[in-house]
Amino acid sequence: MQVNESWKPTIVAFCCNWCSYAGADLSGTNRLNYPANVKIIRIPCSCRLNPMFILRAFQRGADGVILCGCHPGDCHYTTGNYYARRRMTLLFSMLDFLGIEKERTRVEWVSAAEGAKFAATMNDFVATITKLGENRRLEDLRCKE
Amino acid sequence: MQRIGVFVCHCGTNIAATVDVKKVAETLGHEPGVVFSTDYPYMCSQSGQDLIKNAIHEHKLTGVVVCSCSPRMHEQTFRKACASAGLNGYMVEIANIREQCSWIHKDKDEATEKAVILGRAAIAKVHLDAPLTAGESPVTKRALVIGGGIAGIQTALDIADAGFEVDIVEKKPTIGGKMTQIDKTFPTLDCAACILTPKMVEAAQNEKIKIYAYSEVEAVKGFVGNFHVTIRKKARYVNEDVCTGCGLCTEKCPQKKVPNDFNLGLDTRRAIYIPFAQAVPKIATIDADYCTMLKTGKCGVCSKVCTAGAIDYKQQDTLVEQEYGAIVVATGFNPIKLDKFDEFAYSQSPDVVSSLEFERLMNAAGPTGGTLLRPSDGTHPKTLVFVQCVGSRCDGAEKGKPYCSKICCMYTAKHAMLCREKYPDTDVYVFYIDVRTPGKNFDEFYRRAVEEYGVHYIKGMVGKVVPENGKLKVQASDLIGGRQLHIDADMVVLAAAIEPDETARPLATMLTASMDTNDFFTEAHPKLRPVESPTAGIFLSGACQGPKDIPETVAQAGAAASKVIGLLAKDHLTCNPCVAQPDEMMCNGCSNCEKVCPYGAITYIDKEFRGPNRTTLIRRVAQVNPAVCQGCGACTVACMSGAMDLKGFSNKQIMAEVDAICR
Repeated sequence: MQVNESWKPTIVAFCCNWCSYAGADLSGTNRLNYPANVKIIRIPCSCRLNPMFILRAFQRGADGVILCGCHPGDCHYTTGNYYARRRMTLLFSMLDFLGIEKERTRVEWVSAAEGAKFAATMNDFVATITKLGENRRLEDLRCKE
Repeated sequence: MQRIGVFVCHCGTNIAATVDVKKVAETLGHEPGVVFSTDYPYMCSQSGQDLIKNAIHEHKLTGVVVCSCSPRMHEQTFRKACASAGLNGYMVEIANIREQCSWIHKDKDEATEKAVILGRAAIAKVHLDAPLTAGESPVTKRALVIGGGIAGIQTALDIADAGFEVDIVEKKPTIGGKMTQIDKTFPTLDCAACILTPKMVEAAQNEKIKIYAYSEVEAVKGFVGNFHVTIRKKARYVNEDVCTGCGLCTEKCPQKKVPNDFNLGLDTRRAIYIPFAQAVPKIATIDADYCTMLKTGKCGVCSKVCTAGAIDYKQQDTLVEQEYGAIVVATGFNPIKLDKFDEFAYSQSPDVVSSLEFERLMNAAGPTGGTLLRPSDGTHPKTLVFVQCVGSRCDGAEKGKPYCSKICCMYTAKHAMLCREKYPDTDVYVFYIDVRTPGKNFDEFYRRAVEEYGVHYIKGMVGKVVPENGKLKVQASDLIGGRQLHIDADMVVLAAAIEPDETARPLATMLTASMDTNDFFTEAHPKLRPVESPTAGIFLSGACQGPKDIPETVAQAGAAASKVIGLLAKDHLTCNPCVAQPDEMMCNGCSNCEKVCPYGAITYIDKEFRGPNRTTLIRRVAQVNPAVCQGCGACTVACMSGAMDLKGFSNKQIMAEVDAICR
């Protein structure tokens, strides 16, 4: 397989406002590096993540999507991350069925105190996606300029 | 089409060192809808804010994007600045190019490119922003304190002092908590009852304070300022309004073999009882598990001797409904159960006691009248061994607790000192891992125990305690002396770790307050908001938040009270305007959203709609109470018809952000 040296994956990270977004801020405060191709979208809670957003991201050319939320039991809204966990389990198995590699999607629990975990998770995720290569299965070419 | 202004902050060199801010401002200036774009060294400074305000006027901006630090830092600042210039604060979006860009990347080109993309996403979101107005909700000017120990009492007294009504709910028949069982307090050695009981009486007599003793919180609904609480008043089988607390029934009751939980089972009490002489409220309670009358229907002695006629065997639990503006959790702690620590022979010998049991054995109101006697044979112990950190600082979580229980070093020093003072002929050994005595006059106190009172402090752990011929053979290691010790002790006292009360976790679920892995309540911020729970309107007082001694508990109780007073002093609270909103035309009334809402904010109404040919249709549609909705968005995903959306984080907005990032 031909490997494009200059290609860098596009990663969308959905972070809940209370834990993971704060965790991402903390990894910044602690100057912990992770690749620049990770772009974070702030959502109030992991349960706000509509599976549609993930499909949209893949369609628009994202190569990997990761959802970060509070640890189970620590949700600011008590039960939001449990909903998210169930929905994503379902969605990911369906994506797998459709031929989207399981590794392209991930759910991680990152608390507001886990800046190091956030950076490590992102580094690992980017490495995984880089290995997998471009997302071609769901990408809509009409969306490309 | 919006008229958007983009403001790129240098943050000194925090951003400008790794991001080419000029280039970011210039590139974003070409985005559709952007009519003004600039950069400035400190956007959050007064002059930076003025720059934004002037631009709003000059270019008639309808939306603002600030590329700066995290929205958690300055979103409010910029919202306020825009609001003062006449632009709705919710027309502002922040692109986080400091914490999530300049601080984590080293390559300037890469960081600049990312900053542009983050800016684009924010611009895309502003395009779909709509002005939002925060609603208001009224505040019920009454507070609930759950737990009537020293933490709860102090909080209630302080809130009542400010003129607000407070209710205390206590599950035991009397308020006072653990402090009532303590003999003396460190480091001053003044008697616990002498400082606590006046406070209990003060709370009972304060007309602003209502005490629900022998009661538990059954259900909590509502939200900050408007909690609706159901309190279960457990049946005492004694009419509270009639009982005078004379105590005659507690002397005449023929059921004498009830373990006295106030003395931790070291002696017995009757089936009808008043826990201790200074109980507040001083009302007798029938222990339904032991009362012969309640179990077999034959006895009725207490009813016969009660001159006031207060005994009521048919009494039932009653439910009280009450509205509150704020709730303070003061559920306190318990020493852990020691049955897992059988190496210390706790369950084999009555002479191996926990520290709280030892406290009762030393107490003048305790089972021995304050004389230290061995529970097994009633003789004076000559050699005592204290073991610290029993269950504290344990590696294996299955046996003990990972944390330091904080108070054990000091109370063990106190016990050892009191022992040597009362009985100078005793030999007292204390085995410790570390002696931790941070606190005012604490280390002096510990040193006095060692230097003046001659307590033998030995660094090392006790390996085994074996009861043998009425003695306790203690095998221990002396780490500093580097030898094994064998001590023939008469009594062994175990400094048990403390853990949150068992009611804490179900209560936390009811309150939607968060807890840590050890079941201590979590504070909103470990340093800056130590007495508030992350859940609005819930406050923390005392050991429910972490191990604490009495002075710290009282200090935290006062702090929690001042936070409650600050809340109750307001007539209205502003609500988060980013709440869910259903599109009634699309809603099919399926109830999916209601099922996932953790706050019960969604209800259904039958609404009239215009049908074809001048007919009227009645359809069931969802309604969101904006004062109750917290804006998590669970319902927006559960909605199959796509009728539910979240203001400020709408489906379209998040999709637009996704598009901008993937472009």
